[in-house]
Amino acid sequence: MNGVVARPWAAVKRTASYKEIVKALWKANPISKQILGICSALAVTVQLQTAVVMGLALTLVVACSNLTVSLLRASIPRNIRIIVQVAVIATLVIIADELLKAFLFEVSKQLSVFVGLIITNCIVLGRTEAYAMNNPPGRAFLDGLANGLGYSSVLIGVAFLRELFGSGRLFGYPVIPEAFYAAGYVNNGLLVLAPGAFIMIGLFVWLEHSLLDKD
Amino acid sequence: MGNLIGIGVDSIFVGNILLAYFLGMCSFLAVSRNITTAAGLGVAVVFVMALTTPANWLIYHLLLAPGALAWAGLPQADLSFLKLILFIAQIAAIVQILELIIDRYSPALYTALGVYLPLITVNCAILGVSLFMVERAYSFAETVVYGTGSGVGWCLAILAMAAINKKLRYADVPKGLQGFGLSMIVTGLIAIGFMLFAGVSV
Repeated sequence: MNGVVARPWAAVKRTASYKEIVKALWKANPISKQILGICSALAVTVQLQTAVVMGLALTLVVACSNLTVSLLRASIPRNIRIIVQVAVIATLVIIADELLKAFLFEVSKQLSVFVGLIITNCIVLGRTEAYAMNNPPGRAFLDGLANGLGYSSVLIGVAFLRELFGSGRLFGYPVIPEAFYAAGYVNNGLLVLAPGAFIMIGLFVWLEHSLLDKD
Repeated sequence: MGNLIGIGVDSIFVGNILLAYFLGMCSFLAVSRNITTAAGLGVAVVFVMALTTPANWLIYHLLLAPGALAWAGLPQADLSFLKLILFIAQIAAIVQILELIIDRYSPALYTALGVYLPLITVNCAILGVSLFMVERAYSFAETVVYGTGSGVGWCLAILAMAAINKKLRYADVPKGLQGFGLSMIVTGLIAIGFMLFAGVSV
């Protein structure tokens, strides 16, 4: 009893939901472990701001589509399930896209087609197909949320490094002191370009795999 | 005419849909282990892009664009928010029809492409090309060139990747870097190669 009161965290750690979340965030991260949804991960990581917004949009879509598909799962006929799922996802993406246009117009212009491309993002269809079709709504929602956050964490990590070293800014504000530039420091222009994204993700995954393999 | 050539060269090299816009990565990574299968998927993508992009142009400009429904007596209608769902439905339908036609008239081609055609529906490069076509306001002729060029560019990139993967089979790679990490870094280097075409003016 003492253990439970003194360390409530230990009790939380034993629940199924906690295990699902940790799995999605770290051990089976959708980007670095399952290699899903790379397309958008690379494109929106030039700046932190777009990465954060994209992460939020995807998390919203994947959590809500998991919830919807899970609620409908008893009434979806087996052989047309893919098209039903795509229809649910496409509807939610349109909602997300319109919301962004209404409230964050500048960012939505920078994200251009990549919000629309959430429809074909393998993470979303992968989660509805593999998880939401066979699990109750509450758990499916949590699973979607955790996978979305796992995706966002890699996105934000990569965007942080690319914006910091590529243009010397964070969220658009210059953070590298002028003295550094005066002393001969130069921003790494390659990181802002497309090849920089590929190489940065490669290094990021290398680091993550090396850390995980030690456990 | 020069404009069309410019769009063609740009969509194949500098603005390569895979290497500069990162679209179609999932199948690119999954199918680049072997040159023959990579070529099969590459050709299938060229085919599908060349057909779906102009088809989506027609849908957009005849039904969805603001004012496009003037012929039906609805000049104020703006249905462009429906483009996502109609484009993906159109792509799925065209892929399905293409599969039936190829199966009927060219069984040899069907056995070569068969497995890859359904995969293509979820290839984000296909939908991406259609969306870029709308965003850049291309005319019909430009759309045909852009769709085909993007397909060819994607095909070239996956062939290069498959060839490099074959050479890498005997390389001694650090453990954590094997697989995905290495693929990304190699792709980055290919992308640098393709970017060199930026200086070429036509």
